[in-house]
Amino acid sequence: MDDVYSRAGSRADPPYLVADYVGTRIRAPQRPLILIPQTLSEITGPVYGHSDVLPEEADLTKQHAGEPLGERIIVKGRVLDEAGRPVPNSLVEIWQCNAAGRYRHVVDQHEAPLDPNFTGAGRCVTDADGNYHFVSIKPGAYPWRNHPNAWRPAHIHLSLFGPSFLTRLVTQMYFPGDPLFRFDPIFNSVPDPKARERMICRFDLEATRPEWALAYHFDIVLRGSRATPLDADHA
Amino acid sequence: MPERTPSQTVGPYLHIGLTQGAYGAREIFGANLADAGPSGRHIRIEGRVYDGEGKVVPDAVLEIWQADDQGRYAHPADGRPLASNSFRGFGRCPTDKDGVFAFATVKPGSVPGPAGAAQAPHINVGLFSRGLLKRLFTRIYFEGEPANAADPVLALVPADRRRTLLAKADPGNPGLFRFDLYLQGANETVFFDA
Repeated sequence: MDDVYSRAGSRADPPYLVADYVGTRIRAPQRPLILIPQTLSEITGPVYGHSDVLPEEADLTKQHAGEPLGERIIVKGRVLDEAGRPVPNSLVEIWQCNAAGRYRHVVDQHEAPLDPNFTGAGRCVTDADGNYHFVSIKPGAYPWRNHPNAWRPAHIHLSLFGPSFLTRLVTQMYFPGDPLFRFDPIFNSVPDPKARERMICRFDLEATRPEWALAYHFDIVLRGSRATPLDADHA
Repeated sequence: MPERTPSQTVGPYLHIGLTQGAYGAREIFGANLADAGPSGRHIRIEGRVYDGEGKVVPDAVLEIWQADDQGRYAHPADGRPLASNSFRGFGRCPTDKDGVFAFATVKPGSVPGPAGAAQAPHINVGLFSRGLLKRLFTRIYFEGEPANAADPVLALVPADRRRTLLAKADPGNPGLFRFDLYLQGANETVFFDA
């Protein structure tokens, strides 16, 4: 059976085991993955659209009584597949720490202040052209205990679905010019430097709203299908 | 042509974004896929996730995707009519401090496979956690299911590792199946590349 979704693009992904990222050592599988065909189970996937999401969930600065502290930002872009086609009507979930580098999470013990006006989670659904749009606060860098003096570059986590179970992607968006890139084993887990660049958003002056917020543009490219799944001979 | 955006880990704080009920936010996914509505055998699948040191993994999230009891997916690439619109087939569950997850669902039917062969009832599983730079992908099959013998995907798995993909009925609890995942070690779960 022919593949519906291309396999070659997965070389952009990191391997499971990256020794410098200590957490992978006891969680990366040690046996080789077993190659399987793309059956109806793989080329289908959850369909969640506009009816599941509220418009205000795309603005992380409006979830509490007051406005969060920090630099207000617009994060927007398009979700595409490897053929350059937009991925419409598809759920995008994001989460991040606050401007001080602290997550509103029971496990985060970093000695930086929580912001009572910031939870750090949002979601939206792409429009017919694959566009998404969030308003948030620029996240801070924060320390983690992977190695001595380890700091994560500022990032926003993004979770995407696309049209099938195989197009599911969780990634992180980084900000241009971060001095921490060269020291971060998670960013550097991606072997190809060009692929690493694709995790960095670009400053977008055109989308920047005067007197209000800087804008960053980040396109996300999901695994692409060769045929439309509707036409695929899966049986 | 644009090239893929690489995968990155969900990290330890995934709950804020993916299972935010604990943070007072509205969840759109949960671990209960089937209320009383959908027809079929209502089951519960419970298990634990273990790391390479044999310790439980308390900060993973599992996502499942499955067909309904007729073996049909709620997705346009399937296209066959569905008995009920209330069964969407997707669920998400974080592991707790003991590494435990639990889904309530219906047992899926057989699903069409390659070249006209049927696939045995199975549930597709994605696993994310800190220390995993990309999703792990596996399937839950059901122990004792006669159709397993002819399943084209199970056939690709070395015979001595197939047991890692079989959920076991709990003799004391009708409708309860147990399925543990081992990320490493002698019992390492079979993970797939599709």
